[in-house]
Amino acid sequence: MSTKEHKIGEIIAQHHRREGPLLPILHDVQAEFGCVDAESEALIAKGLNLSRADVHGVVSFYHDFLAEPDARPEVQICRAEACKARGVEEIMDAAAAAAGERVKLTTVYCLGLCSAGPSARVGDRLHARLDGPRLAEIIENA
Amino acid sequence: MPETKTVRISDDALARALGADELAAAFAKKGHEVQRTSSWGMHWLEPLVEIDGRGWGPATPEDVDDILEGGASELAIGAIAEHPFIARQQRLTFARAGRTRPLSLEDYEATGGWAGLKRARNIGSARILEEVTQSGLRGRGGAGFPAGIKWQTVARAPADQKYIVCNADEGDSGTFADRMLIEGDPFALIEGMAIAGEAVGADKGYVYLRSEYPDAIRKLEAAIGLSAGIVAPFVCEVRVGAGAYVCGEETSLLNSLEGKRGEVRAKPPLPALEGLFGKPTVVNNVLTLAAVPHILSEGGAALYDSLGIDRSKGTMPIQLAGNIRHGGLFETAFGVTLGELVEDIGGGTESGRPVKAVQVGGPLGAYIHPDQFDIRFDYEAYTAADALIGHGGVTVFDDTADMGAMARFAMEFCAAESCGKCTPCRIGAVRGVEIIDRIRAGGRAPDHVERMDVMHNAPRHGRSREQEIGLLTDLCETMKFGSLCALGGFTPFPVISALKYWPEDFAGKTAGEAEAAE
Repeated sequence: MSTKEHKIGEIIAQHHRREGPLLPILHDVQAEFGCVDAESEALIAKGLNLSRADVHGVVSFYHDFLAEPDARPEVQICRAEACKARGVEEIMDAAAAAAGERVKLTTVYCLGLCSAGPSARVGDRLHARLDGPRLAEIIENA
Repeated sequence: MPETKTVRISDDALARALGADELAAAFAKKGHEVQRTSSWGMHWLEPLVEIDGRGWGPATPEDVDDILEGGASELAIGAIAEHPFIARQQRLTFARAGRTRPLSLEDYEATGGWAGLKRARNIGSARILEEVTQSGLRGRGGAGFPAGIKWQTVARAPADQKYIVCNADEGDSGTFADRMLIEGDPFALIEGMAIAGEAVGADKGYVYLRSEYPDAIRKLEAAIGLSAGIVAPFVCEVRVGAGAYVCGEETSLLNSLEGKRGEVRAKPPLPALEGLFGKPTVVNNVLTLAAVPHILSEGGAALYDSLGIDRSKGTMPIQLAGNIRHGGLFETAFGVTLGELVEDIGGGTESGRPVKAVQVGGPLGAYIHPDQFDIRFDYEAYTAADALIGHGGVTVFDDTADMGAMARFAMEFCAAESCGKCTPCRIGAVRGVEIIDRIRAGGRAPDHVERMDVMHNAPRHGRSREQEIGLLTDLCETMKFGSLCALGGFTPFPVISALKYWPEDFAGKTAGEAEAAE
């Protein structure tokens, strides 16, 4: 049994008695491996007695689950209406330049800091009232 | 040795994003007792420092010494509770905001916590339903459906298992009241859910909380653990979403909770009769459920019913966001005008430029022109004006906003977040982006297929800007009446309102220029 198989088995065992266990399982697998790939989908399907198509359908529906891992640090930037009203679009070029190939910039809608945008999230750390230089600094430190 | 002061600083996610943790650490380092409380909701002042009821904000660690010496006068706002922004509000759902420590059971009980639940358990199901109905409470998630009627339907449905589901998938831009409530007063939500369970005969509750709110997830899970013995036999559980906006729609949320794709279900059957796992289910927004403990306290229902106007009863936690000087949470009785909210309470734009547009009700809400600022905050008044109050988000734009671009974004957002179940939303949103691009390009020339010799009936003159606008209007009608849920159905609101009030932002090139560019 591979370590992946073993780990996923543990995650399934932890959740399978819950009602509707698939999403909590997928969250844990995503957190553990940085993605929910085809191999994981097959293992989860087997563990929950679902078809692989069922599991793949769910994985591919949600933005939070990735098909392959991305080793780059991630910076989420809110680009919804309230942050647009506070000028996030004007600082996106500077953000992209600061990120280059090293950092993954993800657009999210939204972080719920709508009175103090533009805002960004790195891991569980939130940042608000950003301007170009401040955002670039966050990206460089990510 | 200087005296030790009690310093109160919010641990709300917004305050933390603005450096509240570093500020708290700086006070603690000086030997003072720091209490982390909920946020008062005056976001332009965060991080706000409170000492003996007086406030300083927005403060940084460099201001600590000045504040302790009673200086820092440029940051001082005086007595916080008497600040006009707070004094003008009527806070029922957010009565504890700024005043209590979110995870302190002691603070919660000392401010009337659990009184509603205790009374609910004494008076029993029939009277709870009666009082909730009497209060006039309507769903705060956006649809405004009377909570009492929904609860009665679930209560009457025969079943071995029923559920209370709290919709905390607050994805609308410009809204943050659910987040603030869960982070600031999580026990109120738990109490509201337990009362709902008592009313309809459900012993299991789920809170579907979005993954973009890590602080709220952590606090609610802690609060559920702390209060488990108090609400038992009612059991609450947090389920984390996975970044799908559409899961804020109740049937999509139920599918997601069941572990499926978050696709919208056709109604009927209503979730009240066949909801989670096919069982009768109350699905209510955070603010609806959190309003319940107050309503169930002695005389609460009658007070709630006495507030507001027409059929919009009680108070609404309104969220002032976007380009606004005094952004934050403003809870008040229904009936306040938009002009008061934006100009008077909100202080106009933060940039100091004139207000161009205000989007009320999140990404699916109409853009409202300053000419309509006399509109009163009321479900029916907004519906009559082809707008919606939704979850109570008010997003202000100054005169630099490009409303054509915002209309395009509305369609783009719908395309990105559509669940794909119904055609008007899935395909209409993509076509909508394309049409808006063509309108802004001044129409289009005949394409290569239309120019083929065999295409005898194809128009030879392309499509004018006016024809493209006709097409967009038509598409919006189809989306509005043909979509299964509010995502496809309400996306036309921002698009059509932007086109109606700011047609110049759609002008782009003239037809001649477009042809020349071709």
